[in-house]
Amino acid sequence: MSTTDNQAPETGTARVKRGMAEQLKGGVIMDVVTPEQAKIAEDAGAVAVMALERVPADIRKDGGVARMSDPDMIEGIIEAVSIPVMAKSRIGHFVEAQVLQSLGVDYIDESEVLTPADEVNHSDKWSFTTPFVCGATNLGEALRRIAEGAAMIRSKGEAGTGNVVEAVRHLRQIKNEIARLRGFDNHELYAAAKELRAPYELVKEVAELGKLPVVLFSAGGVATPADAALMRQLGAEGVFVGSGIFKSGDPAKRAAAIVKATTFYDDPKIVADASRNLGEAMVGINCDTLPETERYANRGW
Amino acid sequence: MSTPVIGVLALQGDVREHLTALAAADAVARPVRRPEELAEVDGLVLPGGESTTISKLAVLFGVMEPLRARVRGGMPVYGTCAGMIMLADKILDPRSGQETIGGIDMIVRRNAFGRQNESFEAAVDVRGVTGDPVEGVFIRAPWVESVGAGAEVLAEHEGHIVAVRQGNALATSFHPELTGDHRVHALFVDMVRANRTPESL
Repeated sequence: MSTTDNQAPETGTARVKRGMAEQLKGGVIMDVVTPEQAKIAEDAGAVAVMALERVPADIRKDGGVARMSDPDMIEGIIEAVSIPVMAKSRIGHFVEAQVLQSLGVDYIDESEVLTPADEVNHSDKWSFTTPFVCGATNLGEALRRIAEGAAMIRSKGEAGTGNVVEAVRHLRQIKNEIARLRGFDNHELYAAAKELRAPYELVKEVAELGKLPVVLFSAGGVATPADAALMRQLGAEGVFVGSGIFKSGDPAKRAAAIVKATTFYDDPKIVADASRNLGEAMVGINCDTLPETERYANRGW
Repeated sequence: MSTPVIGVLALQGDVREHLTALAAADAVARPVRRPEELAEVDGLVLPGGESTTISKLAVLFGVMEPLRARVRGGMPVYGTCAGMIMLADKILDPRSGQETIGGIDMIVRRNAFGRQNESFEAAVDVRGVTGDPVEGVFIRAPWVESVGAGAEVLAEHEGHIVAVRQGNALATSFHPELTGDHRVHALFVDMVRANRTPESL
């Protein structure tokens, strides 16, 4: 055995954090509010669950300040399933994030669905062992989050609406901006970085890779198997489904159907079969009637 | 001799990284989701991902039985992390209904190294891989509790078995596909080559 074997194993490295998200690719991450729902999600083939007290649709309905969930509730879900468990902190609320890390959640979502705690700063995500996923509506926002240490990005969409229109808008925006960077020469990348309000090194990396340096999922409005397959065909590496499952008529069936359509997103026959006889979808909200103050995607800077 | 064609089971997980690593190790790499795609490959990689999800989808879409048949028939197969779990004849604490392909006489403990907070990188000496130790990336990784007489232990970390080979089946707890070091994939591509042309051994 060589001497390198004596080196202490290193936790919390960028590779371990980003690598965790790589393992989730092609999968569906589902919002759950109880251990029972978590088990339904796991049995349906979810790759991870997001533990929270209220799904976004209920946060919308109830109003008020939305915060990190009760540790008891999160631990109950950690106990119930063997797949990874994620949980949400408020934007900039690094103490909530510290609490979530201490509970042993596998990923922290610094989420616009909760009421922001800081209107200028996001949490310094490099200072955590637990990896973070953050939302973004465009490339500049995604790169600012990655600069702060996010190990995974999700396009924001508009959570709790059951309307995929904003998810499509944000994912297309990110993909288009990446494609545009591909065409730039070295001279132009400095100005592009300024325009994107993102570090030059990251902008250069994206221009070279033709993709983000971390995994990109889609979120905010996926309610049907076809919605999930749409986001995959548009370039999302996986999907978050929030209210869409447990606000529907037959959650177990819909959850399994969305998993199938996410894997075989490019096979319309399988998406068709998955779409059959699912019962009632969540009702949904038209995003163009949402007042500005109720648009979660505007939160984050 | 033509280049071996190696599939990566693409139901869920870090498929792209394996495709890249296999191509770098001079194989023709392609994703496999259907039985007819499985029939066309000389070897198969079972990627990292969620073993419960991959197992469910494999059963649901009718690839589990064809996978078992091909592995029994001697097709070379390499599993990383979740893929290692899929190759275990026995899982210590399976989720209800979680099935494996099997192929290696070993008992595997899922998430044995802990949750994501405990995921780590460490240098690992792997038998059959020459030069510097491999950079082991362990993500909610399993370990092997014990192996049967037919299985050879290729690597250990802190007293736990993390790489095993039995005949044409290879498994690692860690993810060489995330490192840019393609020596473990090269070892597997050699196994596939040797299997295609036994006379060249």
